[in-house]
Amino acid sequence: MKIIVAVKQVPSRDSAIRLDAAGKWLEERDLTFEINEPDAYALEEALLLKQKHGGEVIVLCAGPERAGQTIRETLAKGADRAIHILCDDLVRLDTLALARRLAAAAAAENADLILTGLQSDDLGLGLTGVVMAEILGMPHAAIVMQVEILDSSVRVKRELEDGWFQWVQMPMPALLTIQSGISPLRYATLMGIKKAKTKEVRRIAPEQLSPPEPPTIALQRVYLPPRKKKTQIITGAPAEAAAKLADVLKFEMRVL
Amino acid sequence: MNGVLAILEYRGGWNRMSWEALAAGQALAAQLNQPLMAAVAGANLDEAMADLAAKPLARAFAVRHPLLGEYTADGFTAAFEQLIRALDPALALFPHTYQVRDFAPCLAMRFGQTLIADAIAIGVDSGQPVFVRQLLQGKLNADYRHAGAGPCFVSIQAGAFRADALAGEPSGARCAVEEFAPRIEASQIRSQPGERFRESAQTVDLSAASLIVAVGRGIKEQANLPVVEELARALGAELAASRPICDNGWLPMEGQVGSSGQTVSPKVYIAVGISGAIQHLVGMKGSKAIIAINKDESAPIFEVADYGIVGDLFEVAPALTAAVRKVKGG
Repeated sequence: MKIIVAVKQVPSRDSAIRLDAAGKWLEERDLTFEINEPDAYALEEALLLKQKHGGEVIVLCAGPERAGQTIRETLAKGADRAIHILCDDLVRLDTLALARRLAAAAAAENADLILTGLQSDDLGLGLTGVVMAEILGMPHAAIVMQVEILDSSVRVKRELEDGWFQWVQMPMPALLTIQSGISPLRYATLMGIKKAKTKEVRRIAPEQLSPPEPPTIALQRVYLPPRKKKTQIITGAPAEAAAKLADVLKFEMRVL
Repeated sequence: MNGVLAILEYRGGWNRMSWEALAAGQALAAQLNQPLMAAVAGANLDEAMADLAAKPLARAFAVRHPLLGEYTADGFTAAFEQLIRALDPALALFPHTYQVRDFAPCLAMRFGQTLIADAIAIGVDSGQPVFVRQLLQGKLNADYRHAGAGPCFVSIQAGAFRADALAGEPSGARCAVEEFAPRIEASQIRSQPGERFRESAQTVDLSAASLIVAVGRGIKEQANLPVVEELARALGAELAASRPICDNGWLPMEGQVGSSGQTVSPKVYIAVGISGAIQHLVGMKGSKAIIAINKDESAPIFEVADYGIVGDLFEVAPALTAAVRKVKGG
């Protein structure tokens, strides 16, 4: 079984956020980067499926030079090889153009399954996987919590709202977007890290994949969210702040 | 291209986010001076259409087909594609539900467009709508514009618009309900959906709790949980958690607050080490009072908090436990 996992490198959760001078994106020099968390779960699911059914796990990533670090980490965890679409225009690109690039690179591999996280932690649109499926003419399921392989089809547990679920079956090849928390994440072993250095990372220029097209949506500016609510910040040393808060709970909120 | 088309969600009952999306559509249609339309897909839509007939709409469409009885991405995408081609609206608006997240990206793609997903506000600038979205888990806002040649596709975040803002038809006039019969073949539908189910009976009903202490990623590991358990005990509060804590199996799934867990509205909600990703906020922002304890002063949880302490939860939570015991004892 051949599985492609599409991953993205995103600013890490505890990165310091500073806007760039144009107000269009972040000052990247201040950021540290990591694998998009839902994509890490997609990779985990792919590695578990490989352990069970055999085959190959190929990581697909579009991003600048620095994304190479994230790619190496996926190889250290057990992915067999990787395709790096080397591009530094992700911020200006709309989902359609990105999905076209990823789909073109994926199409050449004729994989049985394509997995990716349900959304990215930075843009949070939750589109790329589903749009890739549409471009590739594959059935898909979004927000998947469990995956079972049955001969030539796949059965998945989709998460719905308010604690509801549903099993859905579809023929392969198929594309699944994976929800965080589907199974515990593994760590790279020392041996894995060593092996990763010798694994293939094929680099492709985006021009080889899809012609540039005018964007369909435009990010005009980014800014800190205006405060809707006046939050009263209680200051002081922990014991002092806690005592003030306990008074609020007793006298203002009347719950003690 | 003319008109704002709201595509709503009905499955024997309405997804309540439908009305929020319709309220967003109404506001936008008024600002753009365009007619507001709504559509819903299914096999049995009589009750749904009776509800829609009473809404302030120019037109309402029942997209009816036996193959639309149970949701599939293939069926719904094909059906709404045909409706949108027939109506040629300027905008197609959706509630950002789990179902919409499954098919609307494909639908937009069929028109060569990108869905502007999970919008929290809509403005109009020089006659053009501007959509506000959250980036980086709510740490930043971003303004988006539609730049494509086709219709603009937008989904609306839960709670971003108020369903009760939906103005009724003042005259009490009823809008015309129209039938739209899409052409769909069974062979087009590649996935087979099963029954919907719940994993376990909800043993902890957090919706009735008046005091909740909720714990998030900031707790770092399971061994640290007693810090918040003791705080909850001192307060006489229920203990809840954000998703990552339940995903890790540190607390039972039933204790999860957020879009995939329970929706709560206690008197006081104390968020400890919770950054406040939108998936969590939708489950608790209806609380009467919110208190946040977090080391990161830019965490989005402070956007919704009435009171906050910026500090290390491992120092603040035990101090608060002691202070609560003291106040209660005294």
